[in-house]
Amino acid sequence: MTAGSPPAPPAPAAPAAEVPAAPGLPSARPGFGRLIQAEWTKIRSVRSTVWTLIIFVVVTVGFTALFTWLTEANWNGPHAAARDARVAGDPISFILGTGIGLGQLTICVLGALLITTEYSSGVIRASLLAVPRRLPMLAAKCIVFAALLIVIAEIIVFASFFVGSAIIHPHVQVSLSDPGVTRAVAGAGLYLTVLGLFALAIGALIRHTAAAIASVIGIVLVLPILSGLLPGSWGAHINGYLPEQAGSLITRTHAESGQVLSPWQGFGVFCAWTALLLIVAGYLLNRRDA
Amino acid sequence: MIEVRDLTKRYGRVLAVDQLSFTVEPGKVTGFLGPNGAGKSTTMRLMLGLDHPDSGTVTFDGARYRDLPQPLRTVGALLEAKAVHSGRSARNHLLFMAQTQGLPTRRVDEMLDLVGLRQVARKRAGGFSLGMGQRLGIAVAMLGDPQVLLLDEPVNGLDPEGVLWIRNLMKQLASEGRTIFVSSHLMNEMAVTADHLVVIGRGRLIANCSTEEFISRSTEKSVLVRSPEADRLAQLITAEGGTVARGARADSGPGGNGARPAPAGPADAKAEATTAPGASPDGAGLLTVTGMEAPRIGELAASASIVLHELTPQLGSLEEAFMELTADSSEFAAGQVSERSKR
Repeated sequence: MTAGSPPAPPAPAAPAAEVPAAPGLPSARPGFGRLIQAEWTKIRSVRSTVWTLIIFVVVTVGFTALFTWLTEANWNGPHAAARDARVAGDPISFILGTGIGLGQLTICVLGALLITTEYSSGVIRASLLAVPRRLPMLAAKCIVFAALLIVIAEIIVFASFFVGSAIIHPHVQVSLSDPGVTRAVAGAGLYLTVLGLFALAIGALIRHTAAAIASVIGIVLVLPILSGLLPGSWGAHINGYLPEQAGSLITRTHAESGQVLSPWQGFGVFCAWTALLLIVAGYLLNRRDA
Repeated sequence: MIEVRDLTKRYGRVLAVDQLSFTVEPGKVTGFLGPNGAGKSTTMRLMLGLDHPDSGTVTFDGARYRDLPQPLRTVGALLEAKAVHSGRSARNHLLFMAQTQGLPTRRVDEMLDLVGLRQVARKRAGGFSLGMGQRLGIAVAMLGDPQVLLLDEPVNGLDPEGVLWIRNLMKQLASEGRTIFVSSHLMNEMAVTADHLVVIGRGRLIANCSTEEFISRSTEKSVLVRSPEADRLAQLITAEGGTVARGARADSGPGGNGARPAPAGPADAKAEATTAPGASPDGAGLLTVTGMEAPRIGELAASASIVLHELTPQLGSLEEAFMELTADSSEFAAGQVSERSKR
């Protein structure tokens, strides 16, 4: 709800309105930087963006702290031996997995919302009137969102790592200098950034908020579970090449059995999925009526 | 100048715009008139490149909208459907639009002052009233100081003061030599605003002429004559080339409610159609003359020493002209259509 309706506007200056002359307005085709600036204005001027990012920060760092603390407090507890062994064997997956596993859902929502709300509110018409060659608008949106995400996501994943590793430190020692750890932590930020673009592409394709969010969550959470049930090595291959499965490999330091891709290969596959969806989204943006 | 050539748009089975061609000249307010569902908004979306036409072209001084280097500097548009995020402030909406064109921030504040939204500029646009929303739309349209303005139903939902404001604004902008193209389904609003009219029905062009010409051309002028010697006068008029109908013409043609000083609705016209032919006591002395001006009828009567009790030129209103023209093409024309099919 809005906090009361704003006061009525004052009567327009005069019945015969004076339109300010604009002799000094620039008349050259503005560069791509102007579109970046405009998309930045759009993204920062809507409260839902800010709130979703705050939720992302709180959920990711908060749940990392909560789960590592619970584990630490219950170390050597009853029925905890198997878990303790697992955490000690692969501390990075444990530390990064909990908070980021939940936090990534807010990134999915944010990416989809960024474009679907333009359709639901009608702003897309204003955007396309201003930029009638539509692709630069989509490109600028992707660049601004990716730049925003990579800064916030990297800060948050490193913060999560430091919080989690500090809490679990009495039992398991892990540092950035251990093999693959820096790559995994920094990679988690990259994964979240590309995931945001992946969700944005789905949003641009589907254009309806609820359907887009459901689709992204389905692809990220549900599809790997289903494909995990596929038998044999071809099942493992299908599973391994799914966007989320491939992309999240970069956040791990220990290869799982039956893993078909290396961490960077997996990330490459995820980027390829995202690029493909963005290309289709751009093609349809040009083709469809707004 | 706007040139629309052979514009056609089909949505599934519905032909929304059908081979539409017209030009819009600078220095005038051109009204874009049509009943609901005639294709006005679709045409405007096609003109602005939001929807893709199946065929045809639209150019602004020779350039397609998508080829304009700074579109908002050339064409300003106010579309009927809202285009503002409810959570974004009016100022930020204008700001991002300005940034896409490389316009300075001061231009945003000038526009907020122009439309009187300065004090609510930082409030969420979702809380705006319909009138405030229209003002913001005007601010967006005027942002780039464009030479061409496309306004889709700009006075919808405005209070009388707002209507007057928009009307004066359009006239002033036209007098500055700009091209103003404004759609409406309100005939009387167009009568006082538009210099030129483009009228469409079911996506097809019905008329494209000056507002005056539109009224006079599509409203057959008639003269109501009342005389105790109506039969003799009728003969004289017919001999001079006029056409005479007995009684008031209540059931056909423009000025169909001619017997009444004030235009009545279709329901009244229908009622009269059943009673008019000779039924009313004074109907016998009443003639409706077309094809002859009132002074000539008066002269004829005087030369034959015929007493006249009434001699009234019937002027059609824009509303009547519009009803007449679009009766066949309106989506909701059941009443008029059945009335016509009786004849």
